[in-house]
Amino acid sequence: MKMVIELAHIDEELIPILEKVSDPEIPVLSILEMGVVRSAKVSGKEVQVKITPTYSGCPAMDVIGDDIKTALNKAGYSTKVQLVLSPAWTTDWITEKGRKALEDYGIAPPLEPDADKEALLGNKRIVKCTNCGSTQTQLVSQFGSTACKALFKCEDCQEPFDYFKCLK
Amino acid sequence: MNENLYKYILGIADNCLVLGQRLGELCGHGPSLETDIACTNISLDLFGQVRSYYQYAAQVADDGRSEDDIAMLRREREYVNVLLVEQPNTDFAYTITRQYLFDAYHLLFLNELQHSNDETLSAIAKKAIKEVSYHERFSSDWLKRLGDGTEESHRRAQDALNTLWAYTDELFHQTEADQAMIEEGIGVDTMKLKEIYNNQVSELLKEATLEIPESKWFQKGGKEGIHTEHLGYLLADLQYMQRTYPNMEW
Repeated sequence: MKMVIELAHIDEELIPILEKVSDPEIPVLSILEMGVVRSAKVSGKEVQVKITPTYSGCPAMDVIGDDIKTALNKAGYSTKVQLVLSPAWTTDWITEKGRKALEDYGIAPPLEPDADKEALLGNKRIVKCTNCGSTQTQLVSQFGSTACKALFKCEDCQEPFDYFKCLK
Repeated sequence: MNENLYKYILGIADNCLVLGQRLGELCGHGPSLETDIACTNISLDLFGQVRSYYQYAAQVADDGRSEDDIAMLRREREYVNVLLVEQPNTDFAYTITRQYLFDAYHLLFLNELQHSNDETLSAIAKKAIKEVSYHERFSSDWLKRLGDGTEESHRRAQDALNTLWAYTDELFHQTEADQAMIEEGIGVDTMKLKEIYNNQVSELLKEATLEIPESKWFQKGGKEGIHTEHLGYLLADLQYMQRTYPNMEW
């Protein structure tokens, strides 16, 4: 977490506030753990926040922008939120804590690129079921409930679950 | 304003808008729940990318028009997408073949565009490559399954290819604006991509047991605003709300 925040230039006094803003589609995950906040700078009572989308068409970005403004305004700051595209978001920016939160929520966290490719082509059974932990899982579709996820099902416990696709 | 840059951005953006709209038409109409969701997810990615392009185009044009105005309020002849992406959804084999023929090009194109001198275009490309890699994986995978599937799916995929192949050459045509942008190091020299594209596609089609039609005659015109009859209907659908209730907002 610490490393990611340093990488993202977020002023320390803003962390407790931003930590409470979550991804509307994955409510267990704070936007800091998700890595979408690239910078947050205070000057006086004004805050400049830069966020980056996970996927270009991610409909959650508008809501995230609004939620950031609301949270910071409540804490007495006036806020400007800017959307930046470069450098492009990568699943590497999801923190360890974030990956754990995803898994607990029922979304298998992203694998490394090579493993991800094998999994999404259905060549290897390596994505772990978030319900029972079995790797006897099968790809149902490369695109799931949102742009960032693929759909899997477990052949042991028969439960379907989402897999967060690797993006590098 | 930089007229050539504006036109160049639209040349990229309109492909994403029109194909995104085509795929969006499948929402609730896909052959299965999974493919329905996949097609609309790809549509969403393309719409996301297109917003970035149109925002940039609005900034370059600097004439008071917003990204929405540019997307929604031009006339048919002012859209400069390639003819391939406006072809209608007939059956799933057709949708997938159209998708693969575009994805293979799109990926090669973005790989070059990320090295553009233009910072904004380079940033959009870097972001989009990641998404389009998934699109290409999806469409190539399905084309193999359909081509090398049952007799029926093979026949449909081959029929689709026989019709759609004639639209592939236009992907590499260059307008005056394209050439001006290539000279400035902003645009992608698509002529250099043609051979790579043909090789890649041939290889995939071989795996899919499909054959490239022998005809050497190709369709063109989209990049100059001369479209097939299908685009007008698509735009009528796309623009209906803005034309009927100008300036409406959700």
